[in-house]
Amino acid sequence: MSIDNQAAPTTPAGRTNDGAPANLTHGAGASVTMPARGPEPQPRGAIIRGNRPIDQQEAARRFMAAPEHLAMHDQRLWDLRQKRDGQKEIIEEWEDLRQLASDIKTHTLTHLDTYLEQFEKNAIANGVKVHWAKDAAEHNSIVAEILRSKNAKSLIKSKSMLTEECGFREAMAEAGVQVVETDLGERIQQLDNENPSHVVVPAVHKLRTDVAEVFAKTLGSDPNNSDVSYLTEQQREHTRPLILKADAGMTGCNFAVAETGSVVVCTNEGNADLSANTTGLHIVSMGIEKIIPNLNSLAVFVRMLSRSALGSPITQYTSHFRGPRRGAEMHIVIVDNGRTDRLGLEKFWTSLKCIRCGACMNTCPVFRRSGGLSYGATYAGPIGLIIDPTFNRHKYSTLPFSSTMNGSCTNVCPVKINIHEQIADWRQVLAENHEIPAFKKSMMKAAGALLASPKLYRASLPMADSALRHLPRFVLYNKLNTWTRGREMPHVPKETFHQWYKRTRGMDGKKK
Amino acid sequence: MRVGLFVPCYVDAFHPEVGQATLELLERFGCEVEYPFDQTCCGQPMTNTGCHKESKATEELFVRNFKDYDYIVAPSGSCVNHIRNNFDAVAQTDDVKHVREHTYELVEFLHAVLKVDGFPWAEFPHKVALHNNCNALRGLNIASMTELREKKFSKPRDLLGMVKGLELVDITRPDECCGFGGTFSVFEEATSARMGQDKARDQAKSGAEYVTSSDSSCMMHQEGCAKRLGLPTKYIHISQILNGERV
Repeated sequence: MSIDNQAAPTTPAGRTNDGAPANLTHGAGASVTMPARGPEPQPRGAIIRGNRPIDQQEAARRFMAAPEHLAMHDQRLWDLRQKRDGQKEIIEEWEDLRQLASDIKTHTLTHLDTYLEQFEKNAIANGVKVHWAKDAAEHNSIVAEILRSKNAKSLIKSKSMLTEECGFREAMAEAGVQVVETDLGERIQQLDNENPSHVVVPAVHKLRTDVAEVFAKTLGSDPNNSDVSYLTEQQREHTRPLILKADAGMTGCNFAVAETGSVVVCTNEGNADLSANTTGLHIVSMGIEKIIPNLNSLAVFVRMLSRSALGSPITQYTSHFRGPRRGAEMHIVIVDNGRTDRLGLEKFWTSLKCIRCGACMNTCPVFRRSGGLSYGATYAGPIGLIIDPTFNRHKYSTLPFSSTMNGSCTNVCPVKINIHEQIADWRQVLAENHEIPAFKKSMMKAAGALLASPKLYRASLPMADSALRHLPRFVLYNKLNTWTRGREMPHVPKETFHQWYKRTRGMDGKKK
Repeated sequence: MRVGLFVPCYVDAFHPEVGQATLELLERFGCEVEYPFDQTCCGQPMTNTGCHKESKATEELFVRNFKDYDYIVAPSGSCVNHIRNNFDAVAQTDDVKHVREHTYELVEFLHAVLKVDGFPWAEFPHKVALHNNCNALRGLNIASMTELREKKFSKPRDLLGMVKGLELVDITRPDECCGFGGTFSVFEEATSARMGQDKARDQAKSGAEYVTSSDSSCMMHQEGCAKRLGLPTKYIHISQILNGERV
């Protein structure tokens, strides 16, 4: 995968600091008012150093040092959360639907073999060619082989997190296939050689001015024009011919319906239909956990997905692909890539219920303030914290600590994954497997020993007359001394409660 | 009714007045309150960091200190949430089960166990914004949550509503975590401080003179952030307001 290259910070090139952009018309998607001094450079994602643990905090710090990006990102995602809240109030049976969706996923994930085989049988009967891939490499080589057999040199595709997981674009580049993303946000990210920062809104961390810069470099548009209509038109003019001339099309899959053998893709831009229907070859990339039993259960998820994701009742397009059009070919590649292993993890298997709505990201106060690319992984935000370590326990060992475990993610999850509890469980697994920094571990050992001994504990407390500038080690670890970077120290009172009680009530509490 | 008073470590060290107010308040309602002298902490800092084994001895000490009380009450939802919902480094003996089932956060104890109907001694003629600790909210359910479709309720609001002169004001993101997060506040300092500053600004914008909460930990962090930003907001624990403290 190209995470390693793509997420590396790059110096924003081609910036001009010669005054405000020419056109400041606020169209749909417009965000913050432009400052007079020129656009704020886009903060880039986590620095990837081979297999070393991601320093999410370092990338988050850079994101928070860019006030316009931070304000836009936080507000935009908070708006989505509020719209989602609004939708939930309209649906009287909302909480029942969440439970039902969760139960359907439990049922399906515990009968995966049955439903996958049923799906395969029905898909084949519909005229679809079905392939099975055990991992990313196999997925990529199966697709490359299908394309080679059709002599296809260019591929248009709609957004798919699975293909991100598989490092698909990079693999296709090696195979000599030109890939064009048809989702606007994903296209922006492709042109900027950057991963999607969010599962639903992949370029949400970018300001209009960032997009103007990317398009100026890659499409030759006016770098000083960040009007959204202008930018959209530029992209359309450039990409539409590529789409019309493409040899093959690819989509992801939101839901695979076992009883019909059909796949369902939800988009707001209609680009899945464009990807599927423009050429004579449609390849579907599908994770094994996308399977659901029947159309009745699909109805439950369709009601939840867009409401949870964007706070809209439904996506503009809910496209059902049942089989190839006349004279065309349709292939479905069913991919495992670590999913059956995850299914075997007692505390973490329910993360496979995820329908990739991104509601947990929108509500997460840490995500909103640090940007999706700060996680340095395919999946960012709360759901990423519990999925990423299943891909690489060492590299993503730090991520479960990038959370306050406040639980809002669990509450908005449409399939009721206990995300914040799994974050806590991951911390335990990582600590027990020596995947937390040694200083943290020894600090906790020392704290544990101290707190288990009333005598040692009392002796460690700051005395009123001396250590006023020092907080007790067990609360705020002096060695790190990070508390005062963004906060003032609490006032230290003359005596502790313990001392007050002893003085006024006596050891037995009887003195008054 | 014999009540064991648990005074969490940061309350003991930084906010002894919160322990005092809690003690006096419980006594006003006729509870026989004792403060076991050998108490330290509930074990949450270690568990919060994934180090369950390291919190085992602390949890055992906690149980030894509190197993003989009818109820254990603490002015902290976060610690109580740990004891009730995450206290699993120790073997689950009958004593442990008793402690876990009978440990209450002060607000829910007043609301659900004592079922108090007034604080005639209390008067607080100020604009107050309420902060619910995330563990108290989503772990102990002291109020309805904005993410869920459920009937609206709030135990702390019910209690504050009984205080003469007190005017509650709303902030724009009531359920948003303030970023304290226990060891998160130290290990992920930048995000933590930023979240706290955003929370402090939201509170200040609401026109609140005071912020109150049943958790001192969140407020210690928020107060530090507010001071850094030069905001005038003052922070006071809910036990102090309910106990009739005049400011």
